[in-house]
Amino acid sequence: MSNKPVNHARAAEHFLEDAPHLQFHDERLWDMRQKRDGQMHMLPEWQELREEASRIKEHTLSRLPEYLEQFEENAKKNGIHVHWARDGAEHNRIVGDILKAHNARNLIKSKSMVTEECDMRPYLAKQGVTVTETDLGERIQQLDDQLPSHIVVPAVHKLTSDVARIFAKDYHTDPNIRDPHLLAEAQRQAARPVILHADAGMTGGNFVVAETGTFVVCTNEGNADLSATVPNLHIATIGIERLVPRMADLGVFIRLLSRSALGSPITQYTTHFRGPQKGGEMHVVLVDNGRSARLGMEDFWTSLKCIRCGACMNTCPVYRRSGGLSYGAVYSGPIGAIIDPTFNERKYSTLPYASTLNGSCTNVCPVKINIHEQLYKWRRVLVQHHEMPFVKREIMHMAGKLMGQPRMYRAAIRMTEVSLGSMPRFVLYNWLNPWGKHRENPHPVKQTFNDWYRKNREKTKPAAAPETKK
Amino acid sequence: MKIGLFIPCYIDAFYPEAGIATLELLEKLGQDVEYPLDQTCCGQPMGNSGCNSDAAAAEALFVRNFARYDKIVMPSGSCTHHVRDNFDAIPQTDEVRHVRENTYELVEFLHDVLKVDAFPWAEFNHTVGLHNSCGTLRALRTASMSELGEKPFSKPMDLLSKVKGIRFVTPKRPDECCGFGGTFSVTEEAVSARMGVDKVRDHYQAGAEYIVSADSSCVMHQQGCAERAGVPIRFIHIAQILNGAAE
Repeated sequence: MSNKPVNHARAAEHFLEDAPHLQFHDERLWDMRQKRDGQMHMLPEWQELREEASRIKEHTLSRLPEYLEQFEENAKKNGIHVHWARDGAEHNRIVGDILKAHNARNLIKSKSMVTEECDMRPYLAKQGVTVTETDLGERIQQLDDQLPSHIVVPAVHKLTSDVARIFAKDYHTDPNIRDPHLLAEAQRQAARPVILHADAGMTGGNFVVAETGTFVVCTNEGNADLSATVPNLHIATIGIERLVPRMADLGVFIRLLSRSALGSPITQYTTHFRGPQKGGEMHVVLVDNGRSARLGMEDFWTSLKCIRCGACMNTCPVYRRSGGLSYGAVYSGPIGAIIDPTFNERKYSTLPYASTLNGSCTNVCPVKINIHEQLYKWRRVLVQHHEMPFVKREIMHMAGKLMGQPRMYRAAIRMTEVSLGSMPRFVLYNWLNPWGKHRENPHPVKQTFNDWYRKNREKTKPAAAPETKK
Repeated sequence: MKIGLFIPCYIDAFYPEAGIATLELLEKLGQDVEYPLDQTCCGQPMGNSGCNSDAAAAEALFVRNFARYDKIVMPSGSCTHHVRDNFDAIPQTDEVRHVRENTYELVEFLHDVLKVDAFPWAEFNHTVGLHNSCGTLRALRTASMSELGEKPFSKPMDLLSKVKGIRFVTPKRPDECCGFGGTFSVTEEAVSARMGVDKVRDHYQAGAEYIVSADSSCVMHQQGCAERAGVPIRFIHIAQILNGAAE
């Protein structure tokens, strides 16, 4: 994997050049945000639910090893095989070995961000396993060989025409179809035979319940249920942070999840998996992949509370105008920008800067992750770890010095006013002035406030600042 | 009560009229206000970009300038947010704590401390859209935010509604960030400018002649976007309207 920092700004600029895609993307996600607001207004206890969800998650994370072992013990009693994966490579090996042991060549799977994290599909392909995504959006992304651009609606950056073009190539449908229902039907027709003849099924897991040794999968298309139950072998890949202690805790999260994500009261399917079906086998792979290390980060551990609803993406004005792919990472948007650097600090060092720190994300988050404060803290950490480009670092260093010297500062302001007022346009607006690429410069003034004050309030002029006592 | 007036760099350099209005307004309200001449910046640009150690000189100077005042008032939400919530590049002495605890954004100072109930000199016969900066909205909490579904409140609106003749319109996405974001406006200029254009169009389409804001940094960005995109809308700082500007 390349360590080169992701150029979010350039990718975003490219995204912004395509007006129809930009408009659809912004409006579709904003609509999800508004539907989420509508659901919130119907529940007077919304803030209490958020508080409770946050509390449960923080409690669970503070005793993660105990609860994980409790889950393992109870899951085994339910006849579930439990595996532990330290990282992506170990996860892929475990899954590959299970499939090999069953001589399984065709795997159907529902959406799982963890398998994206582990880059599982290429690994299994090398082993001769055909992996078919059954979630519509995820399948579109698989056929187009792209990462999901959103954690809930993976192909939200695509228009119907894009999907028609992709399906025409792989499913030989009419590339001019513009009716989403026809495209969904094409996917059904293509997917059903694959599902019926699959050797193994894979799902993720939204919630894992320690006291019962069971797990819950929430979907809207029913594809996870088909993936889990049509073949006799079911493998669920789940991050270790998805635990809740008790069955009674689930209600809080189920009520928040879909309301926050899509603005619907509940997902179409909320399936509790309690053990293998008759004659079948069920495996749960619990994946760490950097989570334990993140749990040890004082400023960032609460990002593990995330229930992957995507509300922070839908509300983020930057995400809506740059698209998920511009983040160049498995996790995009505000939540991505605070967890991606834990996977690779250099590569994702630019992402905490892909934000205005406006704070909308933090306030829609159903588990109250202080996302924008973590973005702020990441910037400090990245600078301390020398992950800021040299030029920008130097500019800040010089600006900081200047701000400590009032006379030099006054001279600099005067120079700015003079240049803005006297330089010809072609000098002021060039590649050295990113401000002026899509914006006019501020207008110079005849008199700064400081000048005005000296002239008009001179007699009441206060004494100069006393020298600092060191 | 002795008030120290802080005028942020972009107001000093590009919007002196907003600074003058702030000073005159406080004086009209009978306040004893001083502007220390040797002020520069609160340290926010360095702090926000992660270069916190580089904010130390600005923060130390700020404390030198303002420690002797009972209250420090500034016509800027984001600077207030920095001083109050992130001003930690220098050791937290009693002096520093005094400064941080007594720094106010103009609107909250008028609304919460002075509890001003009339601006008899103010008349503004125009239709305005209010832009709450993210600093005032989500950090200082001078207005309710749509994300929380809380009971609506707005300190800037409370003040503006005491002005004769003023009419309000509400844009479709009143709480959406305008895209300034400090250095973000330069490092992510394309997204920043797009957000700015969307913001000014939203106000214009709602029928606003003016965008009024308590933050001139957002205004500097929005004005640049409006001028380039040819959106005929004007900008004014809330202090100017409350101080009696006619336009």
